[in-house]
Amino acid sequence: MYAFKFHKPSSIEDAARLFSGADDARYLSGGHTLLPSMKLRLAGPSDIVDLSGIDSLKGIKVEGDKVVIGAGTRHNDVALSAEVRAAIPALADLAGGIGDFQVRNRGTIGGSIANADPSADYPAAIVGLGATVHTNKREIAGDDFFTGMFETALEDGEIVTAVSFPRPKRAAYMKFPNPASRYAVVGVMVAETASGMRVAVTGAAPSVFRIAEMEQALASNFSAEAIEGITVPADDLNSDMHAAADYRAHLVGVMAKRAIAKAAG
Amino acid sequence: MPTVSMTVNGRKMSGECEERTLLVNFLRENLGLTGTHVGCDTSQCGACCVHINGDSVKSCTMLALQAEGAEITTIEGVADGDNLHAIQEAFRDNHGLQCGFCTPGMIMSALDLLKHNANPSEAEIRHHLEGNLCRCTGYHNIVKSIQAAAAAMGGTP
Ligand SMILES: Cc1cc2nc3c(=O)[nH]c(=O)nc-3n(C[C@H](O)[C@H](O)[C@H](O)COP(=O)(O)OP(=O)(O)OC[C@H]3O[C@@H](n4cnc5c(N)ncnc54)[C@H](O)[C@@H]3O)c2cc1C
Ligand code: FES
Ligand code: FES
Repeated sequence: MYAFKFHKPSSIEDAARLFSGADDARYLSGGHTLLPSMKLRLAGPSDIVDLSGIDSLKGIKVEGDKVVIGAGTRHNDVALSAEVRAAIPALADLAGGIGDFQVRNRGTIGGSIANADPSADYPAAIVGLGATVHTNKREIAGDDFFTGMFETALEDGEIVTAVSFPRPKRAAYMKFPNPASRYAVVGVMVAETASGMRVAVTGAAPSVFRIAEMEQALASNFSAEAIEGITVPADDLNSDMHAAADYRAHLVGVMAKRAIAKAAG
Repeated sequence: MPTVSMTVNGRKMSGECEERTLLVNFLRENLGLTGTHVGCDTSQCGACCVHINGDSVKSCTMLALQAEGAEITTIEGVADGDNLHAIQEAFRDNHGLQCGFCTPGMIMSALDLLKHNANPSEAEIRHHLEGNLCRCTGYHNIVKSIQAAAAAMGGTP
């Protein structure tokens, strides 16, 4: 790991100021993506701005039909929360399937979505549940947040403060985990929301995407049979040592059907 | 160099380290607590598992400075003097280790499981150990040890 300066501000304003005053700063949340990449010298920031001392970034609030989760809230805080489990069980399930127990005791939702790994789980919830991402500058619709592989709508130095999830009528998340890392080879969130059906896929492509054809089919018949025969083209999907694109295309259908069956109860 | 202070196994400790020093290296090299192991250094194996404010974490994936002010328990803090903790006895009785390299991490991880779930099923134990790798035992006797520990601890870790 290259040397860096370390800062631990206690307010969002101080964090943003420290960030913009440094040469090449990075925010640090749970550190479960950033520290491994710094160890490999894939990242070598001049300054680390640790967000974990900012209390306003932490915690879960259920407000009416919304669940609002602070950016610094750990995966296990979401997975083991009785409130989240009661309001949006699919979200608790998704968080409880990230990595392993020790990873879930450090990794946070804000770090996960800011990082926008193509195989991360949370993007499927942000898009699949129609969430809104709150930052220190604005609100960003979940559908507009992820813009590419490891790319988001965040500007340089912008801080994710919270994510609000509208409570769906029903929803479920299913993934085919990489057996070693548990990252999603393919993960699908299926939800019936107040504003319609959503089917969001993570892991398969450079960035999370929705499948309009499946959403239309589910609107008239919410069952696994309804999406029989609907496929996604393999051309735009990822191929790597874990799975070839055509296998990922196949898994999209399988995971979507499992998620529909689970959501249908 | 910055100074970092934390409570380790009930004792206040502090030391100087570089900003980039990992918690596991601070524990091993500055404090001499070499029971916490480094197996992979890539956040996969769990040999470096310690408890921070009661939660099991991989201490190779945390900066020492991030533990400022924290309460830390390492494997050295599990026994009561010369009396082994029930889970340590259970690993010994059930041949839950061979080379022993993964054992401190396995025990710290299992203690966190038993805190959340005093009577875990075999499947729950295996699921919980996803973040702990063992190259020797085939896991079977580790699972047996944790089941025995749960019984011996009578649901009160
Ligand atoms: C062994 C292992 C297995 C894993 N398995 C999975 C898995 O199955 N599924 C999965 O989804 N993930 C998995 N992860 C990743 C894990 O969920 C990470 O915790 C997560 O991706 C990053 O969150 P973090 O809080 O650790 O962020 P950090 O590593 O601290 O930061 C990640 C990036 O986000 C930026 N950032 C952090 N917080 C903010 C903020 N509030 N605003 C703006 N930018 C911010 C940082 O600057 C950095 O660039 C795994 C990780 C490990 C080590
Ligand atoms: S040494 Fe920390 S997880 Fe392997
Ligand atoms: S006993 Fe040797 S690695 Fe587990």
